[in-house]
Amino acid sequence: MLNIALPKGRLGEKVYALFEKAGYECESIKENNRRLTFENKEKGIRYFWVKPSDVSIYVERGAADIGVAGKDILLEYEPDVYELLDLKMGACRMAVAAKKDFRDNTATTLKVATKFSNIAAKHYQMKARDIDIIHLNGSIELAPILELSDVIVDIVETGKTLYENGLEPIEDIVSISARLIANKSSFGFKTEKINEIKNKLQQIVENEQ
Amino acid sequence: METILKNEELAVFKLRSLYSKYGYTQYKMSTFEEYDLYVRNKDFLISDRVITFTDTNGKLLALKPDVTLSIINHLGNENSVQKLYYNENVYRVSGESKRFKEIMQTGLECVGNIGVYEICEVTSLACESLKAISSQYMLELSHAGIVLAYLKESGLNEENIKTVNEYISLKNEGAINQMVLESKITEDQAEKACLLINNYTDINKLENDLMLKSDEGKNAFNEFKTVINALNECGFSKNITINFSLSNNMRYYSGIVFKGYVKGIPTGVLSGGQYDALMRKLKKNSSAIGFAVYLDGFERLNNSLPEYDVDYVLVVNKNEDPINVLSAQKELSKNGETVLVSYEIPKKIKYKKAVKLNKKELSDA
Repeated sequence: MLNIALPKGRLGEKVYALFEKAGYECESIKENNRRLTFENKEKGIRYFWVKPSDVSIYVERGAADIGVAGKDILLEYEPDVYELLDLKMGACRMAVAAKKDFRDNTATTLKVATKFSNIAAKHYQMKARDIDIIHLNGSIELAPILELSDVIVDIVETGKTLYENGLEPIEDIVSISARLIANKSSFGFKTEKINEIKNKLQQIVENEQ
Repeated sequence: METILKNEELAVFKLRSLYSKYGYTQYKMSTFEEYDLYVRNKDFLISDRVITFTDTNGKLLALKPDVTLSIINHLGNENSVQKLYYNENVYRVSGESKRFKEIMQTGLECVGNIGVYEICEVTSLACESLKAISSQYMLELSHAGIVLAYLKESGLNEENIKTVNEYISLKNEGAINQMVLESKITEDQAEKACLLINNYTDINKLENDLMLKSDEGKNAFNEFKTVINALNECGFSKNITINFSLSNNMRYYSGIVFKGYVKGIPTGVLSGGQYDALMRKLKKNSSAIGFAVYLDGFERLNNSLPEYDVDYVLVVNKNEDPINVLSAQKELSKNGETVLVSYEIPKKIKYKKAVKLNKKELSDA
């Protein structure tokens, strides 16, 4: 049995549709109920929904053999897993954003509010810029408005939320999309099965481009 | 006796006898080491975080985060082959919890003028070690020399070799192809590099795929092939895989690199390789190969609870003569049963039978 961790939410549903198209369907997953695990014994797979930021934890610790996690999570937590495939879904970018009239005063420490402390720290370390990281768990856009921070580092999809709040992206850090990841030990023991899934998904992803 | 030993204790027991069988002698070392040694060789450690403290003479000491570094640092510069094994506690940040942990580590080192026989011996002992732990095991092998020679032959420069190697270690084919789009490498180079992402079981297929041409590459491959064939010959063919994604830390590992997994433990339990480059850095002329077995995950292996916590609960009156209690306890446990003496029937313990003691007389409680 191959355990597959899927991220809860809209992205997860799209990801499941992709697995289904590749021939790994599981009818019971579509029933509207509160169950968390779904099995297709014939195909030897079991899906479960977890919080998107937890997928890499399930995979790293081997509770799931494979899973789908955003590149943002992989960069932030650096889990010890294989990154097998870019599913080209949920595409967005990690960017620095600030108030429209923002001018960077490089003589002072830059205050950066973010959910992604590690990514932000690494980005500014490469520029040798002294920063003060303010770790927030949500509503990051609020920070520069209330002058809690000078800039924010966050995921930008369309930029609509930013513009509506008088902010704009000023610098791209990295592009983000959903990735198929695998536990290193599981990959060794179940190489064939995992590669089979990866190849089928890859075919679909490439055809859809 | 084996039933009361914990998994990790049982493993240590088996591994010690295994290593002694091949003439390895135990090496006992002190718990502390000068911090300096670790700072200079930070990249060799799994985690660069070390617990430090100042000794009474002002020297900065560290609790050992790793054994290999200490052993080879203290060994002389002899040419003859020295074979050692150890069983020590190390202190480092655990990959999973990101907190400091005391981890029991067992392993062996083979240092000196080593040849291909020693490499075969050590890798087969790695397989034997895994087999002693679980029947479902897997040793993944790679060779830093092959990876380096192959990538060089494909015309990659040093910087790109480093980046490509990082992507190989993640099995991230997409990122290597992305380098083509960014005009960092050619399509042909990417295609070649992506071959190293596959796991191989057939050494001859690998030989045909890689087609190494340089002397450096051919020598490395021949050595690797001898080792793989030796392991197959020893009956490990179903338990070994060639996987070039093993973190090839080229600054330290120069030859074979390997990592072992057992089913049920999500992280690797064994890792090792030939680390001549590290020896040079520590100003030693000889070669060295070794591996470590990390025993911290072993408690998870078949950790089903026993049916009962104790066989008997012996309920006694608080005023009972201790001599009577002791002799009753002895009587009940004479055939190896476990007996817990208690003033009342404990609520949270599962027991087979509760017995009451009343003035030397035993009766059902």
